[in-house]
Amino acid sequence: MDGEPLITLREVSVTYGSRVRALQSVSGVFRAGSLTAVAGPNGSGKSTLLKVLAGVLRPTSGTMTFAGGVRPVMAYLPQLAHLQRDFPLSVEDVVLTGFYPELGERRGVQNRHRVRARKALRAVGLEGRADRPIADLSGGEFQRMLFARVMAQDAPVILLDEPFTAVDAVTTSRLIQLLLAWHREGRTVICVLHDLLLIKKYFPESMVLQGKCLGSGHTHRLFEQKLLSFDLDMAELRSPEDVRADHPPSAKHRHDS
Amino acid sequence: MTLDDTLIAPFTHFAFLRRALVACIVLSVSGAPLGFFMNQRRMALVSDAMSHAILPGVAVAFLVAGAGVLSLTIGGLIAGVVMALAAVALSRYAHLREDAVFTLLFLLSLTSGIVLLSLKGSNLDLLRLLFGDVLAMDDASLIFMTGVAVVTLHTLALIYRGLILDGFDPDFLRASGRGRGTRLLFFAVFMINLVAAFQALGTLMALGLMLLPSLAAGFWTRRVNVALPLGILIAVGSSIAGLLISFHANTPAGPTVVLVCGSMCLASALVGPEGSARIGLRRGGA
Repeated sequence: MDGEPLITLREVSVTYGSRVRALQSVSGVFRAGSLTAVAGPNGSGKSTLLKVLAGVLRPTSGTMTFAGGVRPVMAYLPQLAHLQRDFPLSVEDVVLTGFYPELGERRGVQNRHRVRARKALRAVGLEGRADRPIADLSGGEFQRMLFARVMAQDAPVILLDEPFTAVDAVTTSRLIQLLLAWHREGRTVICVLHDLLLIKKYFPESMVLQGKCLGSGHTHRLFEQKLLSFDLDMAELRSPEDVRADHPPSAKHRHDS
Repeated sequence: MTLDDTLIAPFTHFAFLRRALVACIVLSVSGAPLGFFMNQRRMALVSDAMSHAILPGVAVAFLVAGAGVLSLTIGGLIAGVVMALAAVALSRYAHLREDAVFTLLFLLSLTSGIVLLSLKGSNLDLLRLLFGDVLAMDDASLIFMTGVAVVTLHTLALIYRGLILDGFDPDFLRASGRGRGTRLLFFAVFMINLVAAFQALGTLMALGLMLLPSLAAGFWTRRVNVALPLGILIAVGSSIAGLLISFHANTPAGPTVVLVCGSMCLASALVGPEGSARIGLRRGGA
């Protein structure tokens, strides 16, 4: 939590097509070893920010810099909706795709990779399902498989996009334990989610987005400032121009999860 | 009539049938794996539109330079690229949904190709461009198809993992910092294969040996490393069966081959062990 700045964003904007501005001048710092939630209403640019961090998207303007000038190895868990869940692959195949950044096309999968994949599958409780087609998995099992892939990658930086979507409460708490273990191991974890209960309980730091970055820092302070609030309907946050940190939007009682 | 008379003799006695068989086998080996990835990308309809997109270019090449393999290939490729760019531009900038874009381009290229041919060609030329003539494969065509197959299989081997990731989890592929040319290379070999298949099966059926066998294979396995060779096997089997049926029943060869492919696909969709209608009915339509 008190580590050096690992990733620094300066005025990062992303524009889709000619008009849609998904991110507007977002600046912020992710420290080495921090555990950060990226929160905000639907369409606030959370996933876009994560894609910029992961290298999937390039900022239209602004810069992203890394400590030491070298991009750290990152494990990226994309949003479930962007994956084709009936692709004819086995569970183990998918975990092994985690080694693609390292192996590329030419180098073969070795025994040590298979051992790491099996170990990761055991950690998420899918050890008996390695050979099953992924089309057979439930939503929760599918997410556990993606967590196993992240684990197999053994990366210092972990990016998770809505990892608790379509996951029941038992699985969620199991996956949270994995996430906390990664944090204890000193990895930098950045996680997009909108379940405020989870954010408040487990994530020491947060970044609140609404196109712009409305605020970032210690999660409890963001709650004090009402930037994060259980009374706040995130879907009704007003346009960024109207929102000021000292003047939060009107209260309502629903939070999306 | 002995078994030999029925199955072997037609090929040993008639060179045109042997050439047709070689053409179909080469197209099967090359095209079926591409069809698999197009299906997985939910692009069966798009590839149909692409196969017709080559017609205007082929027609122009035919009018200008005659029926040579090289000119037809170049004409087809240019038209294919132009249509692909038009599709991207229209769906990005015009208020037109993607399926509508492809329907528009499909009809435009088909009709413009036919009108262009009518300026000079005969009905025979038109039939040949639309339906191909698999029984008239000359050396140049066979060599071209074989070259295409060699390039295709090598390309697939080079981009195989990236191609699977691009279908299953495209964001992960981009985040990996690898496989940048994967999609472009795939569509490039796909276009070349369409042009190669067009010479045997015409623009209306070029996709037959590419898409249908891999669709059929999907009802028998849920493993990509089984589905790919199985698709090739179904394509080759359909080619042999189709050519023999057309020989004995005196039906047009190309359409018969594609008809057998389609029947295999339909039968697989009805009774195959993975996701077929039989399985769906047993689960109560779920």
